[in-house]
Amino acid sequence: MIESIDLSLVDWSRAQFALTAIYHWLFVPLTLGLSVLVAIMESIYVKTGNPEWKKITKFWMTLFGINFAIGVATGIILEFEFGTNWSNYSWFVGDIFGAPLAIEGIMAFFLESTFIAVMFFGWNKVSKGFHLASSWLTAIGANLSALWILVANAWMQNPVGMKFNPETTRNEMTNFWDVLFSPVAVNKFLHTISSGYVLAAIFVLGVSAWFLIKKRDTQFAVKSIFVASVFGLITSLLLAFTGDGSAYQVTQKQPMKLAAMEGLYHGKTGAGLVAIGLLDPSKKTGDGKEAFIFKVEFPKLLSFLGYRSPDAFVPGVEDILNGGYKPEYNSIPESEKEVALSAEQKIIRGRLALSALSTYKQAKNDHNAARADSAENLLRQHYAYFGYAYLNNVESIVPNVPLTFYSFHVMVILGLYFILLFIVVLIYINTHRLEKSRWLLWLSIFTIPLAYIASEAGWIVAEMGRQPWVIQDLLPTMAAVSRIDASAVQITFWLFAVVFTVLLIAEVMIMVKQIKIGPKNGGTR
Amino acid sequence: MTIGKKLWIIILIKLFIIFLIFRLFFFHDFLKSRFNTDQERGSHVRDELIKRQK
Repeated sequence: MIESIDLSLVDWSRAQFALTAIYHWLFVPLTLGLSVLVAIMESIYVKTGNPEWKKITKFWMTLFGINFAIGVATGIILEFEFGTNWSNYSWFVGDIFGAPLAIEGIMAFFLESTFIAVMFFGWNKVSKGFHLASSWLTAIGANLSALWILVANAWMQNPVGMKFNPETTRNEMTNFWDVLFSPVAVNKFLHTISSGYVLAAIFVLGVSAWFLIKKRDTQFAVKSIFVASVFGLITSLLLAFTGDGSAYQVTQKQPMKLAAMEGLYHGKTGAGLVAIGLLDPSKKTGDGKEAFIFKVEFPKLLSFLGYRSPDAFVPGVEDILNGGYKPEYNSIPESEKEVALSAEQKIIRGRLALSALSTYKQAKNDHNAARADSAENLLRQHYAYFGYAYLNNVESIVPNVPLTFYSFHVMVILGLYFILLFIVVLIYINTHRLEKSRWLLWLSIFTIPLAYIASEAGWIVAEMGRQPWVIQDLLPTMAAVSRIDASAVQITFWLFAVVFTVLLIAEVMIMVKQIKIGPKNGGTR
Repeated sequence: MTIGKKLWIIILIKLFIIFLIFRLFFFHDFLKSRFNTDQERGSHVRDELIKRQK
């Protein structure tokens, strides 16, 4: 019997998760980056003994505390949503998520929450060295939290280190290290924390620029800008490097996402990288029309970045749908090493796998061990395409190309701009022109929201670009949601929207007030 | 009111809303609230995966 699921339930569940994640990600990057910046500033204080650096540290620590207090626990709602709205998915991922999130809670969160207390309340109560260590351990704890969450997310993009158990209907971890050190996980972690570091650097730069415009606490501002700009420049370069690494992994593991990121419908040998372009909004898959109204591209660069070969073939959306091309990489199922399967062929294999699961269930009920074994073998043979069983239309595997394309290019263009900004600021500091260059100071302030836009755009690429998959190739969204009433999801969607908006407004108001107070007495009254 | 007190109040209100309102009234664990054993949960998910097609 086939029972369809209400598509509005899928859409509302996705929308709710996206809303929660986007709001959560407004707070997290600043926590990740500012914790490290504060630890660096405090290190300078301890090394130099200069009380000005203590004042600087305490000011930014206050802003860190505001962001941390308002943002903390916003992520736990995502976990609630797993259990309520995404129960099939929660069960299906089995202990793959359980282990990383348990470690995150036990190790990272306790580390962070223990030493954050010393960091805030331990000034003049503990030694300088112990206080400094607490600041660093808080930063490390925050970043370790990010590690485990990102390992879990990386597994969704590239499921490895597990074996599906048809008896329990769960993926069971067979190799923890494969999950932890998957190249997708390593790149994703480094790229994501780097994005937090860059955002925090821009935040410090922008806020400090405001003080210079107001001609207040100029020594504090210039020192803060210098540290933030050096930190920001280094981490921006790391961001670019790890971004390349992430895209290299996406090319191999999620070729449809890469095709969407570049608006590439028809594959090419020696494919160029689109620097900037305008997609034709009327373009549909398979209509034969040109995808772009205009574009500027760097010749052969996409092939080089994706496959480290300037003449490699990069498949487009329609190539991936139709199959028949020879893949350039090795990390693919055996069945596709010579010729890529079409989406239609994958759907057939997926349905064989799903049918085998059904046969397995029946055989177990009938106590027919031989039939159950045979069914299990067939399931394993085609398990790599399990999720395709749920697709009636091959174009279901095409994500929203314009959204993915524009988000990717906004992120990259802003990332390059941030590198340029840090360089220019450092030059102006070095030539003692910064305080007089009001245009640069105002530009720094207006760059703060751009950092948030770039940061969110990155997640839109990662998560919208993988649609329809919750787990790449194994489970699409329509199979992952709980069978609940869509109206329940709608109610909580709007509740979250209100609560998170109130929190965001509260944060902005409190932050602005503390910034206006300034670094006198460490920014506290 | 000091900034510290303000933040503690926000934290406590937020945790109250998240854990005592959202969690209790809106976010029941779907499988835990409907099934008693892991075997029942696994069977339910298996049945759902088998039945669920567009």
